[in-house]
Amino acid sequence: MSEQNSTGQPTPSDEQPTPRAAEPIIRVENVGIDFEGRTVLDDLSMDIHPGETAVIMGGSGCGKSTLLRIIVGAYRPTRGRVCLFGQDTTELTENEMDKLRLRFGILFQSGALYNSMTVGENVALPMHEHTDLEDSIIDIMVKMKLELVGLRDFGDLMPAQISGGMKKRVGLARAIALDPEIIFYDEPSAGLDPIVAGVVDMLIMDLSKKLGVTSVVVTHDMNSAFKIADRMFMLYQGNVVARGTPDEIRNSDDPVVRQFITGAPDGPIPLRMSKTDFAKDLIGE
Amino acid sequence: MADGPVSGFLGSLGGRGLGFFRYLGGMGYLLKESVWDFLSLVFRAAGTRRGGGRAVAAQMVRVGVRSIPIVCLVLFFVGMILAFQMAYVLRDLGAPQAVPITVGVAMLRELGPLLTAIVLTGFAGASIAAEIGTMVVGEEILALETSALNPVRFLVMPRLIAAVIMLLCLTIVANLVGILGGFVISVSLLDMSPNFYYANTVDFLKMQDLITGLVKSVAFGALIALIACQEGLKVSGGAEGVGRATTQSVVFGIVAIIITDLFFSWLFYTVL
Repeated sequence: MSEQNSTGQPTPSDEQPTPRAAEPIIRVENVGIDFEGRTVLDDLSMDIHPGETAVIMGGSGCGKSTLLRIIVGAYRPTRGRVCLFGQDTTELTENEMDKLRLRFGILFQSGALYNSMTVGENVALPMHEHTDLEDSIIDIMVKMKLELVGLRDFGDLMPAQISGGMKKRVGLARAIALDPEIIFYDEPSAGLDPIVAGVVDMLIMDLSKKLGVTSVVVTHDMNSAFKIADRMFMLYQGNVVARGTPDEIRNSDDPVVRQFITGAPDGPIPLRMSKTDFAKDLIGE
Repeated sequence: MADGPVSGFLGSLGGRGLGFFRYLGGMGYLLKESVWDFLSLVFRAAGTRRGGGRAVAAQMVRVGVRSIPIVCLVLFFVGMILAFQMAYVLRDLGAPQAVPITVGVAMLRELGPLLTAIVLTGFAGASIAAEIGTMVVGEEILALETSALNPVRFLVMPRLIAAVIMLLCLTIVANLVGILGGFVISVSLLDMSPNFYYANTVDFLKMQDLITGLVKSVAFGALIALIACQEGLKVSGGAEGVGRATTQSVVFGIVAIIITDLFFSWLFYTVL
């Protein structure tokens, strides 16, 4: 993606210490988190710059979603700090954090629509609560947001009446309701058929290209990851084991990365998670 | 020493005690936040918080209106039962004319508030816990939080206010229906004249009887909503967690209501 920039501006493509116009919009510094004594994230650092699409990938249970929740301030890390828009979120009060929350949107894995409200009300809620706009203007904006995800006619339906893929698209419409500067996507293509997954990928790319939105995508779908990413981070055992442009990742000779992108059953990433000896477990000592 | 049976027992006792106080602390937090949100809703009605009043109204319908028939049914029957039981005792004591007043006092001070609260625990408490629990599982609560929308203001406050107001109204209805039950039995089977029953009820009941009952109702309503919301919000582990929260909200709710009832009975007996 870095070669596509024809304007001659520095492209946010790698971690080289080249001078940048902008500070990182998201900075994760030595972040770690433990749950009940189990280390989920160990010591993790990454910078994400304004306007880029960063893909965080890794196997199930490697801590991708946890990292996302730490970045958006839903979990407090055990160690390290997270800066969003230059502010250290680990030191902010809930009220200060709420102000930052208006500047980003999140698409949850299941869409996380409010089931007691119609599709339209779901999209309208952030605008109703956080702006002083007239209801008639909000109605128009809801239609515009829903049109963007191709569901303008579905505003009056309840979430239970639409399919999983549609819920996700409505979730995206709701995430962009307040025109955020960053959008976080938690497994955007999980559980979608290939066509809808492709549509969602296209929406992600559109938002970042047309509106200059910074995107952070957590996924294990390698096809979509290579398609949309400006930069990729590969998580394994609570750490970033590889980072770089899609081309760098594709040509990486790190065995963990190779196994992950080829989906090979054999390699450094073990299929069997049990630590005890199988034979001993079956027949005793 | 550390793993002896005694210290193990004491440890688990201490752990449970700590858990109990943490539970109370959680409810206290929800109560404080909800009251604060309610006050800001009332005094800043013209602000951006447009959904609040509507949410309270919607919850009142859900919590209260739908349980009117069942409350009436239960209390009407209890009133009838009470008339029979009181007549049995009072006839032996030579004071059968005291049936109206005993039914009235028992209804207003005790059975009206208590039974209505218990019906509402099963009715509204369970559904609140299940609904909020399902929202936790579906990441809806997380979605609210990360959109800078406080789940307490959105979910807990409307349910708390609705439960308190509706339980108050339902208790008044329940009192009337319960007394009506006693009236029907007394007039039809215990040879009392309708006028006599009416006069005895109205003349002897004091305002204090009604007020003490309604004070309890306010506390019961708050308990039902707070316990149900707390159970819902701490759901983890999918559908099974939701089921557990639903059961616990009913069980804890009933226990909490009875204990609180005892406390108030003691308070009113000694103070008033």
